[in-house]
Amino acid sequence: MILHTINKSPYENISLESCLAHCKPGSSVLLIEDGVYAGLKNAKFSDAVTNAMKDINIYVLEPDLNARGVQEMLLDGIKTVDYAGFVDLSVEHDKVQAWL
Amino acid sequence: MSEEMYDEDEYEGTIKKLMYVNRKAPYGTIYALESLEVVLIGAAFDQDVSLVFMDDGVYQLKKGQDTKATEMKNFSPTYRALEMYDVEKLFVSKESMNERGLSADDLIVPVEMLDANQMADLMEEQDVILTF
Repeated sequence: MILHTINKSPYENISLESCLAHCKPGSSVLLIEDGVYAGLKNAKFSDAVTNAMKDINIYVLEPDLNARGVQEMLLDGIKTVDYAGFVDLSVEHDKVQAWL
Repeated sequence: MSEEMYDEDEYEGTIKKLMYVNRKAPYGTIYALESLEVVLIGAAFDQDVSLVFMDDGVYQLKKGQDTKATEMKNFSPTYRALEMYDVEKLFVSKESMNERGLSADDLIVPVEMLDANQMADLMEEQDVILTF
């Protein structure tokens, strides 16, 4: 299974949509840097991400979430990881695809 | 007043309406911080300055930013200092806020919310617009 990482805001380019469209069930997506804005409540992409969580795992890098002050807006069901957790996810998956 | 001397009246006459448009999220790129630096430097020139935050730029003003774990500088408190530099006209796009589930209470500074039509009018009034 692939670990997908997204580091761009979903409002800025279509990395999120493209990534979600190419995710196999059981694979994982990690939101990092400006990608964390994809994982927030009451927002334009909330439904798409909530829907995707039915068959893929979505994680967010907590330091990037906190830096942006949006920790309280995180969608239910998204798991937070720290830098060590990022390493663990990278090791647990066969490969990493970075959607730049 | 001699020609060589600083001419207050003439200088007053050169005040321009200057708008800075912030469209990028903080931290992911350097644009937000660079824009803030330019605004602070520009504040020394006593111009009629307006700051606009739209698209992902509204995230620059989000309360509760904590950058410790990323080892980046949290520059969000600087927006609160803008008032001391007489930069007091802060405008935020209503549509951008709504799209992101944000309200005025989520922001670290008082702002005026404008819809796209009002924002377009404000842009029309300006002499210079710098977008980051």
